[in-house]
Amino acid sequence: MVKVQPIKPRAELFAHGADIGVRGLGPSRATAFEQAGLALMMAVTEPSRVAPQTAVEIQCEAPNDAILLMDWLNALIYEMSVRQFLFGRFAVVINGERLVGQAWGEPVNRSRHTPAVEPKGATLTLLKVETRRDGTWVAQCVVDV
Amino acid sequence: MDLSQLKQVSTCEWRHEPEGAMRVPVVLYGSQTIISEMDDKVLEQINNVASLPGIVDAAYTMPDAHWGYGFPIGGVAAFDPEEGGIVSAGGVGFDISCGVRTLLTGIRSLELRHCQESLADSLFRAIPAGVGSKGAIALDSTEMDHMLLSGARWAVERGYGDPEDLEHIEESGQMPGALPVAVSERARLRQRQEMGTLGSGNHYLEVQEVSTVFDNTTAATFGLAEGNIVISIHCGSRGLGHQIGTDFLREMALAAPGQGIHLPDLELACAPIRSALGERYLGAMRAGINCALANRQIITHLVRRVFAHFFPGAELTTLFDVSHNTCKEEDHDVAGHRRRLFVHRKGATRAFGAGHPNLPGTFAATGQPVFIGGSMGTTSAIMVGAATRPEHAFASSCHGAGRQLSRHQALKHWQGRKVVDELRKRGIIIKSPSMRGVAEEAPGAYKNSAAVVDAAHQAGLSRKVASLQPLICIKG
Repeated sequence: MVKVQPIKPRAELFAHGADIGVRGLGPSRATAFEQAGLALMMAVTEPSRVAPQTAVEIQCEAPNDAILLMDWLNALIYEMSVRQFLFGRFAVVINGERLVGQAWGEPVNRSRHTPAVEPKGATLTLLKVETRRDGTWVAQCVVDV
Repeated sequence: MDLSQLKQVSTCEWRHEPEGAMRVPVVLYGSQTIISEMDDKVLEQINNVASLPGIVDAAYTMPDAHWGYGFPIGGVAAFDPEEGGIVSAGGVGFDISCGVRTLLTGIRSLELRHCQESLADSLFRAIPAGVGSKGAIALDSTEMDHMLLSGARWAVERGYGDPEDLEHIEESGQMPGALPVAVSERARLRQRQEMGTLGSGNHYLEVQEVSTVFDNTTAATFGLAEGNIVISIHCGSRGLGHQIGTDFLREMALAAPGQGIHLPDLELACAPIRSALGERYLGAMRAGINCALANRQIITHLVRRVFAHFFPGAELTTLFDVSHNTCKEEDHDVAGHRRRLFVHRKGATRAFGAGHPNLPGTFAATGQPVFIGGSMGTTSAIMVGAATRPEHAFASSCHGAGRQLSRHQALKHWQGRKVVDELRKRGIIIKSPSMRGVAEEAPGAYKNSAAVVDAAHQAGLSRKVASLQPLICIKG
């Protein structure tokens, strides 16, 4: 009997011309979104350097999964910008077209975080939310930096 | 890119005839080497642009073109509102009116060498750069509206710069038609702490030496002489522009089917120019242009303060200020007819030639200055708009060297500290809050800027005037 390996959540970056692709993978749509948030932070800094001091709540609603992902990432970018924050931990719950998320982080500390780039916005390029044949959810897009 | 799918028109001009949904041909500018090394995605993206409603003449790419989102970076396309033409948020980009301003100093490079290190330190302290930096100017709602309406003119009226600066900025420093009411509260909040900040990524402030003059007459008109110091400021509309792009990219993507627009790819999200959404975007985007012009004006003021300390007698004047990511309403001759068009330039520079009515008197006989940014360790270039008949690419030219390696790939090749040390040995001081950021922006991650400039010159997009060698680079 073949033993089915559990799907491990993971975040990764992928190459794109002048910008950066962010990708989250996981056993559910929500975990893939959480990992996509983590990948967004990986484009800026090493997320393990970010202390989860303060929680910020984020709510989004969109007519399909792809736009919902774009909204989630753009909400994180907005909070990073207006609060001058970085995040290192994420929790997402999705019910239908509605997402409720939390992001834990702290104000930017330039000497400790040495942030590389500032995300400007999540784009529609290579934007997709889908399941692979093994059941892994993938949530990805290119982010302008 | 596979050259067999293109027809070579001249040494630096290649053409791809319409196929499938394309309404017009595609024209790519660049040498055989540049085009063959260009990412296939550039052709895929510009072919998609060529299929959009109301596109006129052809869709163009500049020699520094590379894979972008929506339009390729280095993409130029014009649309006629009377033929159902569209405006695209992805065709302008998030960093609305990202551009370059170059200042003349009258200082000789030998004068600067003795204080190069301390000048670099002072500029790095004075110019907010990188993630987590804040500007010193916070705007309330009323002031924000004034800034969005009046651009660099607002900044000068508040004491950041001289009225003479305005004559040497596109649109005289104030983009008409801005609609502050179309700018969301989120965009305004993102901008509150970002006036007079450089940003990060490929944005920079460079102190440069005029290393070679190619065209003595034009250089003299521009005030350029070998051995003189100039300063180039590359940045854009900061968080406000980013949020305008975010807001409208989403709205256009969702509204397109209802507007009767078939998108070959969702990333081309757009709206008819003659629609409520199209007009609202244009109003917000023009406000974003004004934000960028005000931002570069404030940074100019900060630079002048630093230089006044080191060189009390020096007078820093604005040579010119160009924008890269815009959609502007312009008149152009197409097949012998004068038409009012909406020209998208994404990672491309407007390059009006001599005699163009929109140029200030200083440049009436030469054409407008065009600035081609280098990459920390390589030369930048000053070119001039070419008055060709007919115009090439709606009077546009390239904007930089253009990336050849992704950030991801660059991190595998270089370490920031080593890049800084190697450049220092060559007499170039780099100041940046992020060594990873420096590695991602390593000179080797970009194409050969001299080859890009030569291709633009040979193609007749613009003509070479001078090259600039970096001495100090403040990276965000």
